[in-house]
Amino acid sequence: MDITIIAETQGDNLHPVTSQLVGAATSLGASPTVLCAGGAGADAAAGIAGVGKVLSVVGDCFSTFDGGAWAAAFDAAAGAGVIIGAASAQGRDVVARIAARRGVPVVQDVVAISQGLTMTHPIYSGKAMQEVTIGGDCAVTLRSNTFPPAGDGGSAESATVQQSGDVKIAVQEAIAKASARLDVSDADIIISGGRGMGSPDNFEHLYSLSDKLGAAVGASRAAVDTWDEIPHSMQVGQTGKTVNPSLYIAVGISGAIQHLAGMRTSKYIVAINKDPEAPIFKIADYGIVSTWEEALPILGDEIAKIL
Amino acid sequence: MVEIAVLLKQVPDTNAKIVVVNGRVDESAIASWVTSPYDEYAFEAALQHTEAAGGSVTAITLGPARADKVLKDAAALGVTKLVRIWQDDWQDLDSNQVQSALANAIKAAGADLVYCGKQSADRNQGSTGPGVAEILGAACITEVSESDSAGSYLRPTASGSERVTVSSPAVVTFTKTQHELRRPNVRGIMMAKRAQIEVVGGDVSASQVNFNGHSSPAQKPPGKTYQGSDSVPEVVGLLRDEAKVL
Repeated sequence: MDITIIAETQGDNLHPVTSQLVGAATSLGASPTVLCAGGAGADAAAGIAGVGKVLSVVGDCFSTFDGGAWAAAFDAAAGAGVIIGAASAQGRDVVARIAARRGVPVVQDVVAISQGLTMTHPIYSGKAMQEVTIGGDCAVTLRSNTFPPAGDGGSAESATVQQSGDVKIAVQEAIAKASARLDVSDADIIISGGRGMGSPDNFEHLYSLSDKLGAAVGASRAAVDTWDEIPHSMQVGQTGKTVNPSLYIAVGISGAIQHLAGMRTSKYIVAINKDPEAPIFKIADYGIVSTWEEALPILGDEIAKIL
Repeated sequence: MVEIAVLLKQVPDTNAKIVVVNGRVDESAIASWVTSPYDEYAFEAALQHTEAAGGSVTAITLGPARADKVLKDAAALGVTKLVRIWQDDWQDLDSNQVQSALANAIKAAGADLVYCGKQSADRNQGSTGPGVAEILGAACITEVSESDSAGSYLRPTASGSERVTVSSPAVVTFTKTQHELRRPNVRGIMMAKRAQIEVVGGDVSASQVNFNGHSSPAQKPPGKTYQGSDSVPEVVGLLRDEAKVL
């Protein structure tokens, strides 16, 4: 099976999820070609075990993001077969467009894939799963932190191809993040607060803990809807972000079904809530029935001891 | 003047419990169907855009008869051009089929701009906006959180956000915006009752996707619950030694 991977990049570097995409492709018996936008991350991609070839796709369109232009360039550079990208905002955009260009189906946010291309992806934000089989060519994005990464030690051949597309989106102004805080989508550890925090000021306790852990701070919909200070970008749940960290700490969150939908696949879940009947305890690996006022200072001290 | 097509999808209320029966999500158990939340923000942005710049909105949905409700809700806020795409033999349409049917309706509406949610609350795929844009030969700006009638849009980037402009035709997908969603008044609701919905079918090519079935997500094994904050040191120890996540 011919598989072409669209490398996920972070600025000029390769995003670690790319190695997970390669791991999934090699599990299907493929020796994938990896396409790097503007050549970003090409050296690192060549070092991933199992990669057949790295192609730096170089063109004017890669100085800013325009999914249509990128898809045109990648489509021209990629062979027939299966296209695999990461289920990030940009990855989904580009991969959907390549599929539409080729008239092949696209399946996004896949969490399991097997030969003959049977794939599973969550629907209703993970309240149910859907399984489909696609016999022919298709385009797919994979959820991050779901597939084991391929190892290092590869030495794939690299080449450069000139290929661009028509840029129709003009960037007028770049605006830096108001805070340098990590986004929940990128974090391996997330600490989320709910309305049980009592006031938005009390999120400072979560920020201070997150600084110790290198974690991101998230929030429930109830918190986002109640307090203007808590932006929607922090919201975890069906109408916010779906997250998949190694550790999710829910503080003062009761566990509404739409919140659980967004975080239930976290590897380990810790819940701190004063209500022993809170639904969050049903999916928590470690539940602590306590007020956050009592639990958080101890949690901070204990974490400081072991880090 | 601007003509905007808004894509509105009907989905189960996001608080609804999703039950799988015989390998399929049991839609008959869904008590409340609503307009997909991100689509509502796209719709509000379209209303504000046409109010400021002149022009009109066409509301388009793809779905069975029950989906008329999302169009009636749009009619209650003053939209008069309402299109529902459906044929009774359609089931489990794949991404190409959905996108080509929508693109045809958008072309028929003569829209300069297409506004829709960044993804639906049921399938969560996020393919429709970019895919429709590709078919229309249009640009697509995704995950927009602010827009204005001058055609400037705010989208997220890895380092923050950026304000972009685009030439029409273009597709814009919205995440949650700061706009308060408007609610219909009595006059609007009365008007919606008389609103005419145009139902269109369409040729869609055969599906290239075999639907195997739905299932419930794997249940986590039950965890442990500890009483009181005195248990925090023990839990931290377990996170380090048992879970190995610290």
